This record gives sequence, C-alpha cells and structure tokens, in this order.
Amino acid sequence: MRDIAALDITAKIRDMCIDANQKLPDDIGSRIRACAGSEPWPQARDALGKLVENMDIARNEKMPVCQDTGLTCVFLELGQEIHITGGDLNEAVHEGVRRGYADGFLRKSVVADPLRRKNTGDNTPAVITVDIVPGDKLTITVAPKGFGSENMSRLIMLPPAAGEKGVKEFVIETVRLAGPNPCPPIVIGVGIGGTFDRVALLAKKALMRPIDRPNPDKYYAGMEAELLEKVNELGIGPQGFGGHTTALGLNIETHPTHIAGLPVAVNINCHVTRHVKVTL
Amino acid sequence: MSAREITTPITKDVARSLRSGDDVLFNGILYTARDAAHARLVELLDKGEALPIDIKDAVIYYVGPTPAKPGQVIGSAGPTTSYRMDAYAPRLIELGLSGMIGKGKRSQDVIDSMKKHGAVYFGAIGGAAALIAKTIIACEIVCYEDLGSEAIRKLTVKDFPATVIIDSLGGNLYETGVKEYQKSVA
Repeated sequence: MRDIAALDITAKIRDMCIDANQKLPDDIGSRIRACAGSEPWPQARDALGKLVENMDIARNEKMPVCQDTGLTCVFLELGQEIHITGGDLNEAVHEGVRRGYADGFLRKSVVADPLRRKNTGDNTPAVITVDIVPGDKLTITVAPKGFGSENMSRLIMLPPAAGEKGVKEFVIETVRLAGPNPCPPIVIGVGIGGTFDRVALLAKKALMRPIDRPNPDKYYAGMEAELLEKVNELGIGPQGFGGHTTALGLNIETHPTHIAGLPVAVNINCHVTRHVKVTL
Repeated sequence: MSAREITTPITKDVARSLRSGDDVLFNGILYTARDAAHARLVELLDKGEALPIDIKDAVIYYVGPTPAKPGQVIGSAGPTTSYRMDAYAPRLIELGLSGMIGKGKRSQDVIDSMKKHGAVYFGAIGGAAALIAKTIIACEIVCYEDLGSEAIRKLTVKDFPATVIIDSLGGNLYETGVKEYQKSVA
C-alpha cells in the first residue's frame, strides 16, 4: 500500500483549477493558431485572430480564458494499492475546487438544486468520476466544463441497423443544430456503445484526449478524420459567421454494447476545451 | 472593414441604420443581465413595478463576469448564449431596449419584436473574455448583488468590439454569412 494524504489531493486540485482556466492545452492552442493561418474566410480569420489574442492575454496576465469557468469535472484514476489518509477522498476534491475557485478569482457557476437554483457560492460540488486501476498511482484530470457548449450536446439510442451511417448522421446533425450557440470552433467528443449512462461518459472522456492524438483503432481514427471534415463542410465557421473552421477536433471513444443497442452521445465543447492532468 | 463607433444609449434612428454584418465599437454604458436577472426584471413588470435601470434606448450585455482581481475593473467578461433570454427579451424591447449583446441564435418572437420596435442584436466574440475585459473601464453593481456573477452591473466601455448579427429589418448574419461562405467554396 502507498499512502496519499487527502490534503495533498486538495492542494493539487486547487492549483489545477486555476491552471486549467488560465492556460489552454497545447494541442488546442496550436490548432487555433494553425486555423487562424489557414482559414480562407476573412470574417472567420478575424474571429480566430481574436481568440489567439485572447488566449495570450489570459496566459500572460493570469486571467480566465473564458468567463464561464465551468462546472468542474474531476476524473480520478485511482491505483488499487493506494490508501487515502487524513480525510474523505470526495471531500478532498470538493475542497480543492472550493479553494481554487476562490483563490483564482474564478466564477462560481453551480446551483445547489436544478430547479430551485440557489448558487452554492463556491463552485462545488464537482462532478467526480473514479476509475479503480492497477498500481499505486493516482492520476487526476481536472476539466472545467462550460455550459454554452454542454447545452448543445445530445444522446440517442439508435437501433443496430442504423450502423455507421446512423452514427455519422447523428453527429453531423448535432453540430448543425448547435450552429453558432456553443462558441465555435468547437471540439466534439463522441461516445459509441455501452449503456445509456456509459455512452455519455465516453463522450465526455473523448474530450479529454488531445485532438492531435487519433483513436488507436484505425477504423475509428478514420471515422474521426472523416467526420471532422464533414462537420467543417457545414460552413458554420468561427462564431457562426461562416467559414471552414467549425470544429478544431473530433474524438471517438467506444465500449462494448448490447446485441439490441447502438447508443451514441455527442458532447460538444467550445474552443475553450480545458483539461489538466497530473499523476501523484 | 472598419468598425463603426456607436455611443450608448442608442436612439432608434441609429439602431435602424445598423445592418447585419456591420462591425461596431461601443462607447458609453452597457448594462449586464443574464438568466436570473432577466427573471427578476420580468417579475417586476408582471407586478406593475418600475425597473431598476432606464431601459429606453439602453443596451444590455448578456454576461456573467469572473470576479475582479485586486486592481482589476472586472474579471473575464465574454458573452453568454442569448437564447436563454428569449423568453424575457420581447418584454424589454417593447419598453424601449435598443440593443442586446450576446452570442448564438434568437427566437422568431425576439426577432419579430426587434423588427416592430427597432432593436438590434449584436454578437461579441464568445470565449474572448480576457480580451473583452480590456475594453471595460468602469463597473458598478446596480442591483441583485445576491446573484453574484448574475447581478445587474453598469459597465462603462471604450471601443468594446461587436458585430451586428440581426438588424431591425430581420437581416441575420448567421444565415447570410454561412451562405456566402458556402458560395465562395462551391
């Protein structure tokens, strides 16, 4: 067994919340810069230029890239040989979020109840997903999720006969319906398979994978490339003003599923696709 | 294309002269309001009470900024998605609201009300929140401080950049921009 103190997890998560909100991941930043250079449509090029300027200001002046500093999604890959000491793991995560959002001057965007809607005032609770894995390491991913894009996400339980064609149509239709709302250029996380609940998690996890790293399965890597191209043929463009750069990247994650089912989930993220990963 | 400088409040003559696709730079006062503040404003109207801001010719910016760090006027302050205010916006447009700044689509009800009363819908660059914050030179809370980020604030802005998305004739950049781009690559 290896001991990890709950306090150390709290301190780490505090820092990660601040970092994630001020600095876009390298894969996202460099793709926005590349698109600003290659975008053929003038108004789109102009919008992308402003996004580049914005991410540079945020990084240099330690400001949040976006005012929607998100609902904090925290993924824990917990080695089964780890023993958490000095406190409750979930509470250690929430406390880290609490401190990060206070100390980092981040927006508190969480309401305690979905219908009665009183703000909790400290951006907790986080949405925590724990996977137990072999070994004695704890890998933490902090991903603050903005809701302008979250609101444009969709899920469908397709019949198996819908096949690859049905999946592709659903993904493209989701992006088309979202139009200018999720702050394009977007990043698209697609989950295929599993159950009703698992497929949504797959789509969320697809957003955690760098957009310059294709699915290791060549079949799905090909589908990622094809769908990204099709989405960019929609012409929505940055901010919806028209243009080629509707999406920066598209990742697919899959899971075995039932003989009767073909669940598909599309989780939309804006160009502020934030995630920081640390291993303790 | 050079941007047109607009000083707020915006008279209806100025509002009606703007066309979708025009780039503008705002100077003057913008009021902030998003979901919770809109709900309260409309609740006041339902009760027949006065609004806490002078709505005639005013411009509302749909934003919930991050808290200001010491020495800052305001934190990051980009636009939020506008359709969530669609249920409330026509009530304010009827009372003289001239402009709304946000991002994303609007409902047909809002567009009809804009055409009838001469209001304009502007888009700010979604996500460019640190960049936009630089154009806000003063910020004070007007009311609803208990709503935190969603309180109504009075912003003084200098060269705040935006684009006319939907004009008072119903012209819509989200439709024409995509079509024109498609034509250019066909």
